[in-house]
Amino acid sequence: MSDMDEMDDGSGIVKKFMFLNRKAPHGTVYALEGLEVVLITAAFDQDVSMVFTDDGVYQLMKGIDTKGIEVKDFSKTYRALEGYDIEKLYVDQVSLDARGLTEDDLIVDVTVLSNDEMANLMAEQDVVISF
Amino acid sequence: MQFGILVNEGPYNHQASDSAYLFARSAIEKGHKVPRIFFYHDGVNNSTRLGEPPQDDRNITTRWSKLAEEHGIDLVVCVAAALRRGVKDELLAPGFRISGLGQLVEMGIQYDRLVTFGD
Repeated sequence: MSDMDEMDDGSGIVKKFMFLNRKAPHGTVYALEGLEVVLITAAFDQDVSMVFTDDGVYQLMKGIDTKGIEVKDFSKTYRALEGYDIEKLYVDQVSLDARGLTEDDLIVDVTVLSNDEMANLMAEQDVVISF
Repeated sequence: MQFGILVNEGPYNHQASDSAYLFARSAIEKGHKVPRIFFYHDGVNNSTRLGEPPQDDRNITTRWSKLAEEHGIDLVVCVAAALRRGVKDELLAPGFRISGLGQLVEMGIQYDRLVTFGD
């Protein structure tokens, strides 16, 4: 991962940043490169939330093994998020249900939200970045 | 209003670059400010001056350079995404520079809106 030294834009402003993870962990590079942005944003001492919805819920699934497709397995990074003070992890109930998954299938502790709860959480944010 | 723009897709194979350009141009025409545009994922491929699209097509890269020159826009290409894809300083078209993801986070902190273009 990139340089995680404390960073500061000099303004002292703290905004609510939501990262909306919508894609499977592999198949495209969005999840991997998206994580980099999340970590840098936390290094800027911003208020970071991560949402996993649609195929993005697969990013947190237990038992990912990338040997067969010969790409880097970065699922460990999700377990390390706490160390960067990224503790607000939300998962969309409808997306879990549609894929036959439950909270027990995920590698980290998350808060599961209904559509309405998710909409309210999004409405509270200053910046929403979608990967 | 100050808009930050994030371009996440490569030129020509995806409409994101075109939509981002048209959005930026329209925002400026309406009196808004677009101080910086950030290129991430395959979006970094917007920045190379090596592209030679057919004569009857738009040149997405030179269009960005022209917009940047006319309106003083900072065109920032993510260093990690660029290195991964072979995009280097010596390949950049006028107006583009390579820097870190902190430049993207700053747009979110400092501007009124951050608008993402991509899948």
